[in-house]
Amino acid sequence: MDESLSLKPFLKETGKVSKFTIRYLSKWFLPPYEIKELIRQCYVIGYKSLPLVGLTGFIMGLVLTMQLRPFMVEYGVESRLPTIVGIAIIREIGPVITALIFAGKIGSSIGAELGSMKVTEQIDAMEVSGTNPFKYLVVSRVFATTLMLPVLAILSDAIALYGSYLGVNIKGETSFKLFWNQIFEALEFRDVLPAYIKTYFFGFAVGIIGCYKGFFCEKGTEGVGQSANASVVIASVLIFILDLLSVQITELLGFN
Amino acid sequence: MENISNSNLGKAVIEIKNVSKSFGDNHVLIDFNLTLNKKENIVVLGKSGSGKSVLIKCIIGLLKPDKGSITILGNPINDVTLTEMDKIRAKIGFLFQSNALYDSMSVRENLEFPLRRHWIKINQNQVNEMVLQALEDVGLKHTVDMMPIELSGGMRKRIALARTLILKPEIILYDEPTTGLDPITAKEIINLMITIKEKYNTASLIISHDMNCVKIASDRIVILLEGKCYAIDSYENLTKSNDPKVKQFFE
Repeated sequence: MDESLSLKPFLKETGKVSKFTIRYLSKWFLPPYEIKELIRQCYVIGYKSLPLVGLTGFIMGLVLTMQLRPFMVEYGVESRLPTIVGIAIIREIGPVITALIFAGKIGSSIGAELGSMKVTEQIDAMEVSGTNPFKYLVVSRVFATTLMLPVLAILSDAIALYGSYLGVNIKGETSFKLFWNQIFEALEFRDVLPAYIKTYFFGFAVGIIGCYKGFFCEKGTEGVGQSANASVVIASVLIFILDLLSVQITELLGFN
Repeated sequence: MENISNSNLGKAVIEIKNVSKSFGDNHVLIDFNLTLNKKENIVVLGKSGSGKSVLIKCIIGLLKPDKGSITILGNPINDVTLTEMDKIRAKIGFLFQSNALYDSMSVRENLEFPLRRHWIKINQNQVNEMVLQALEDVGLKHTVDMMPIELSGGMRKRIALARTLILKPEIILYDEPTTGLDPITAKEIINLMITIKEKYNTASLIISHDMNCVKIASDRIVILLEGKCYAIDSYENLTKSNDPKVKQFFE
């Protein structure tokens, strides 16, 4: 049977990622704590991603509103435009699009950075210098992605809603206060909480896949490119799988 | 042919006894024995893929031997904890083949890294002093605030050497220190290695293919063949050998 069609490599890789995740979970709360590196990573991963996430959020809100308007007008529910857009952004589009942008920017950067450190023996040098590279490089990065993506998703949601407000006012006239009132009146706890919680899992997935691919990078510089690429692809697919699971779980818990 | 002519330069700082290491069916080291004495430079010669880098990584604890024992400065490292291993590593300098300078850190941060990570309780002034001293030893004091990317290959090698010196190690392991350098820079690095040995009384294990390095820097040469220590002797004696397996390295 063709190796590429076989399930064995896929299962083998899944096993390795699971083992890597278990290693992370068993290490992250144990000392020494790399607080300085964690703060640095939060700055690099969170703060430096804000312009990109903000821009895409703004465009997402604006375009979604402009695309929806003709249908809303046709069905005579134009006044419900802020509500529909608000719920769509908060519940689904905001977290997922932000996570995908985040996977593209941060997942690839972690995969390439750790991959190049691996092939140039920097990870070995770290170990020789009395540092646990797993704690210093992996734990700090995965923890930072897990913490930062929810923050970015909230900011992205807010910016997307502002973009939507501008979109609403291109062809109509809705006051700033009325726009937000409509959104907040329609939003419920069950809309916000599951969407917020799933971003932690998205952030974790981006971090763990990027670190795994970088940490076990092989084949020299060619491998670095492959690590960066695989980090983005696998993390993006995982985001959709986790999204699907979160819908099922929220359904089971009666949040939908 | 295993001519172990111990030069009796001092007490052993590294003792390798019957070390074996395999990767699957590939037996890289087979019952390998070696003793490195204080203030001695040993050069390990061998073909590509003969296990030289594996040997050096077993010594520093990056790889675990399948069999045998390694004793460093009187401490057996086979069953030590990570904390104990880190204490032993603080006494060993390791010059990586690729230099392994941290790209995201300046030269100063690269040199400070081992000092900070080995939890040595010293104040910032002492750290600065030690960094500048190590850079002065390699003649690159002016690069202290530069990034590794701004340096030439030879300068990077010197900075990597300065980083190995920062903890004042008793042993230095060199993994192909002159590979990829032009002959003039390579000779400068070799001279630097000799100067460091004389100044700090270090013992060194050097992996090299560079015959100039082998000739100038070695007190003894180990020929690693088929995973075993095939011969150990001085450069002069080995060059006179009639053994074809030894001769091939010196032709």
